Formats: sequence, structure tokens, C-alpha cells
Amino acid sequence: MRTPLRPLARILQAREDGLNPDGIERENLRQRHEVAREKSRSRAEFRLLILCASFVVAFTAIGGRMGMMAATDPVEPRASAPGAEIIAQRADITDRNGRVLATNMTTHALYAHPKVMVDPRGVATKLAAIFPEIDAKALERRFTDGRSFVWIRKVLSPEQMQLVHEIGDPGLLFGPREMRLYPNGMLAAHVLGGSSFGAEGVHSAEVIGTAGIEKALDARLRDPAQAGTPLQLSIDLTLQTAVEEVLDAGMQMLSAKGAAAILMDARTGEILALASLPTFDPNDRPNGIVDKDAEPGDSPLFNRAVQGVYELGSTFKIFAAAQAMELGLVNPDTMVDANAPMIWGKHKIKEFEGKNYGPLLSVTDIIAKSSNVGTAHIALMIGPLRQQAFLKSLGFFEPTPLELVEAPGARPLIPKRWPEIVTITTSYGHGMSASPMHLAAAYAAIANGGVMIKPTLLKREGATTGVRVMSERSALEAVKMLRRVVTEGTASLGEVPGYEVAGKTGTADKPKKSGGYYDDKVVNTFASMFPASNPQYVLIVTLDEPVDTTLSETRRTAGWTAVPVAAEIIRRVAPLMGLRPKLEPPAMDAVTAASN
Amino acid sequence: MRAVLYVLSFLALIALGFWAYRENYATQAALKEVQALQRQIVGLREGLSVQRAEWAYLNRPDRLRDLATANFDRLGLLPMEPSQFGAAAEVAYPKADLPEIAFPVDIQGTDAPGDAAEEGL
Repeated sequence: MRTPLRPLARILQAREDGLNPDGIERENLRQRHEVAREKSRSRAEFRLLILCASFVVAFTAIGGRMGMMAATDPVEPRASAPGAEIIAQRADITDRNGRVLATNMTTHALYAHPKVMVDPRGVATKLAAIFPEIDAKALERRFTDGRSFVWIRKVLSPEQMQLVHEIGDPGLLFGPREMRLYPNGMLAAHVLGGSSFGAEGVHSAEVIGTAGIEKALDARLRDPAQAGTPLQLSIDLTLQTAVEEVLDAGMQMLSAKGAAAILMDARTGEILALASLPTFDPNDRPNGIVDKDAEPGDSPLFNRAVQGVYELGSTFKIFAAAQAMELGLVNPDTMVDANAPMIWGKHKIKEFEGKNYGPLLSVTDIIAKSSNVGTAHIALMIGPLRQQAFLKSLGFFEPTPLELVEAPGARPLIPKRWPEIVTITTSYGHGMSASPMHLAAAYAAIANGGVMIKPTLLKREGATTGVRVMSERSALEAVKMLRRVVTEGTASLGEVPGYEVAGKTGTADKPKKSGGYYDDKVVNTFASMFPASNPQYVLIVTLDEPVDTTLSETRRTAGWTAVPVAAEIIRRVAPLMGLRPKLEPPAMDAVTAASN
Repeated sequence: MRAVLYVLSFLALIALGFWAYRENYATQAALKEVQALQRQIVGLREGLSVQRAEWAYLNRPDRLRDLATANFDRLGLLPMEPSQFGAAAEVAYPKADLPEIAFPVDIQGTDAPGDAAEEGL
């Protein structure tokens, strides 16, 4: 292979001139090498520059990132969004139709950091102008005595909050609060009870029940899992309103000290209305009475229907009659000795106003005329042991199982020993005390065909089962007797056309603290059920110290006080429950099938 | 060939990096949105509960009773009474409209037209 001669022109020239061309060729080679070296050097320089720049960029990036991380607040990396937040602290309470009885409202609490306050004196004066209960001097003292935290108010209305904002002091601060609200005011106050703040913090405070169902079912109401589902009561707001309205009017008219009413569904045991007067506003629950001499019943907080343990008087007579029929000792027409007064040992049992219904009276008439002596004879036939067992099965020996915090404390007063004289007095409701709620439950057992169902304040779903305490037949006969009390007996004012009221009156003298009984202080009770042909509802009305002064005569018997009030309640309430009055015998159908 | 492979893998790296970057920011944006929505839900729930409380407060029986009394001359509302129940038989049948031909039609042509109508009236 021939190697090319370069640079060819100069070599050929040199050959012609006879010079050595090798020198030219070497020179040329050297020049070419130089060029190549120069090229590779600049390329290496460029690469170094790039490498350098990348290092600078990389270190700047890392440094910058480190600086940023050092300067910002740490944030947990999140992989998922948080779940739904807790809806409310405390579940709502509604009536049986879903109308709100208790709910929550967001509001604010006011507190202060006096150390950062600009003008403590001015702030104290301005706050006292907004909140009348605040004493400016006392507040100023608290602001200036060196403490660093002061609670000023537990809840604020939006208007008040705006006014506090307008003071504009950096030392005044607001904390969010969830507040319990009872939109219906005084309605069903004794059922709901009340609530207040438990542990309080700046960011939140726990709401705890202080009485009534709020306290009894506190755990259920505070359970976060059930906070979204309202607690549904058996109370019907409309019925409750009507009952309270009529009861209040009756109480005023009869100048009674207090009154209570219970409306109960005999089939399910649900309490549809429960009223106790005087009442209070659970939004602004008053404090209990501190006076030592005062009776517990003097406080509006006292629930007469559940806590009021009274001698219930003649309303007990039906239990003796029903039990005697159940045991087969008598039937409604059996004639029983009712010759008054009855002498038993050193005791003398008399009738009302010293009357004598005797010498003999049928069991039905004993109930209708409310004969103490006749009932006493029936009770003696039954005997103490069986009487106790029967009253026990009706729940008279235990507190009622109602879902109120007050209920377990209301223990009936039972005589310690049970000689025959106690058997006699208990048969007509003296010597033994129980609450109107006990009476309602026992009457509901009669109304429900002899099956005892536990009373409840919660709406019941589905069928209820109870304990049978007497046969259906005895219960039916007892209802018939109670119906006679209204049609022909002591409760004639209780007749409500169309609703076949059946019931029994009871008038008991109030016991003195020092022993013995008052002459002019009574507790009147009317225990009723309607309609008698198919009893569905039980209504108990109790009036404390009522006096009827119409017709220029002072009357204190239940027939003149509790009975008309109960009748008015039934007249108002029965149509609201959709109960159709039976006014005339069923009319002939307009079209009747006829055959020749 | 090798250079093509290098270029392709480099491009793939860039693309994956871009995709990861975008996903990261999209996730963060979604989380932020969820949080904002939840805050909004809490606010609305609070508003709802206030509305419900207000509804219950405005519909409290005391107030309705007072309103019914105040507007008695316009509304005439009274508590429900037992006498307001009626039987289905008491409800009168609606008066049937007269059928188009309510009177005898003369088909023999003995009466002057219109006579029957006048008698019928």
C-alpha cells in the first residue's frame, strides 16, 4: 500500500528543486498533531465545566432543600384523608314523632388573659355594661391580682359576642362551646331534667346530664357512635302540651299546691305524657332549695309523678276487689258485710263523713261507693300474705323502672310488719305510700287484661311482653266496676261523652311530720282508664292540697277536684290520639242486605 | 443501537419522574380539598343544627297557641274536640251533574219541541 505524499504540491516542488521532501512531510505531520491536541484539550475543558456545573447545581439543590426543611414546620406525610368528624357531642332527644325536645347549639365561652390585657379597668367596666350580673370592681380585682387566666362567662349569645368583640382588647378570648338547648322551654321539664358543663377546657367542654333522662341515659347520649341518632322518647309533645295546660288550669282553679298527671299507653307501657307542677325551665335550671324546713315537694325540681310518694287512698280498693275475684272468693254481685263503723281490736274503721252503706253491699257497689268497711272485709278474706304477694306483683314494693335518674330513689313506703290491721288499711290505700307512677303501672295491668307491662319513657318498637298478674276475666270485671264508679259512683264528674271513662277516686289526708294526719290537707288522686269497653290508655291525675269552693261549699274529695280535671284532660287528649268517641249505638248501615 | 436504547431509557426516566411529581401534587391537592370540604360539612352541619333548633323553637306549642289566639278572627283555630269526629255515612255524596238528557224525549212528534224541557224545569 502506498502512503500518500502530503502536502503533495510542496513535495513535488521540493523534488524538482532537489530538496529533501522528508522535512516538509515531518513539519506537516507536526502541525496536524498540534491541531488535534488543541481540539481534544478544549473538549476536555468543556466536559470539566459541565461536570463542575452539575456538582454546583446538585449541591445547591440539596443545600436549599435542607435549608427549607430546617426553616418550615414539620408536617406529617399523609397517605389518606381523615374520616368524617364527630357530628355532635351529645345526641338530640326527640318526642315519639321526631319533634326536637333537646338539641345542641354552638356558642362561645369568654375567658381572659389579664397579662396581655391593655386596659383591665376599662375592660371590666365595659364587660359589666354588657353582662348585668358582672360586678365591675370584682372583675377588675381579678384582672389585676396577677393571675394569667380568668373565666368570665360560660356561654355567650351572638349579640353579646359581637359587643365583646367591639371592646377590642387583645386579652379577651373566645372558646367554642356546645350548649344544650331545650327549645320547648318548660314543656316536659321533669322528663328531660337538665344538663350542665362538666370538665371545661379552652377549646371545648363536656356537657353532662344533671337530672331526668339526661342523667339516667347520659352514657347513651354521650356515646360518640350513637351521637348522630337522636334518642326517641315515648312522650308525645302535643299530648304533653294539652295535659300540662289543663292540669295547670285545674291546679290554679282549685288552688292546689302542686299537681301531677301521667298518661300511659296500657298496651305498650309507653308514657305518652308526664307532667308535674309547678315546673321549671331546663334551659335555666334553678338550684334546689337549701331551706331545711322545706319539704322536697316545695321545689319545682321535684317530680311529683315519680318522686312524690303519697298514700294513694281509695284508688287501692280495686286491687283488693280484683284479687278477691281472681282467687274466686267473691264475684261482682257477692254481698259483703259493710256495716260501719267496723271495730277491729282498738281500731275503728269508718266511712267518709261517718256514713254507713251497710249492712250488706255488693262488691261492685263497694267500689262504686268507695266503702272502706266493705273493702276491709274483702281484704280480710284474702289475708295478709296473699295481699302482699299481689301488691308485690303489681310493682308496689319496688321503685319504678322508669328511665329517670329520680326513679330509683323513689322507694314506696311499706309497713315493716304486716298484721291484719295493716291488711285492712292497705286495702283502702292508707299506711302504705307509692308514687302516681306505681299506680299508673298497676292500673295499666288491669286495663291491659291482667298483663303487667313495665312503664317506659322510650319509644317501643314491636310487640311487648309482660307478666300476667291476674286472669283476663278478673281484669275485665275490675274494669266494669271502675266504669260503675264513673256512671253511678263517686266519680260522676269524670264522664266524658263517648269515651267511657272508668276509674277510681282516692282522697288521702296528708300525714303530719309530727305524726297523725292533717284535717284540711289532702292528696286527691283519680286513676282512670278509657275507653272502658276496650281500655287503651291509663290516666292518673294527682292534686296536692286542692280545695273546691264552688257552690258555696268547701270540698276536698277527689270526686270534686281531680276527677273534673282528669275528665277535661281526656276530653282534650283523646281526639288528639285519634280516639273516636262512641256517641250513639252503631247506626244502621245505609244499605243493608235484605232477603225476602 | 445502544445510543437509541440509552436515549429511550433516559426519556422514560424523565417521563416517570414527571408522572410521579404530578401524582404527588395531585394527591396533596385532593387531600387539601377533602379537608376543606370536611370543614365545610362541619360548618353546614352546625348551621343545620341551628336551623333545626330554631325551627323547634319557633314551633314550640306555647308560641303556636299564642299565635292561634292572636289570629283567632282570621283562622278560628280551637283545640280539637270529640265532636269533630264524623262518620263516613255523614258525608254527603257529591251532587251528580245532570246527564245531558234528563227529561223524556218525544220521539213520536206529538209534542212541540221544547215543551218537555219546560216541564222538566
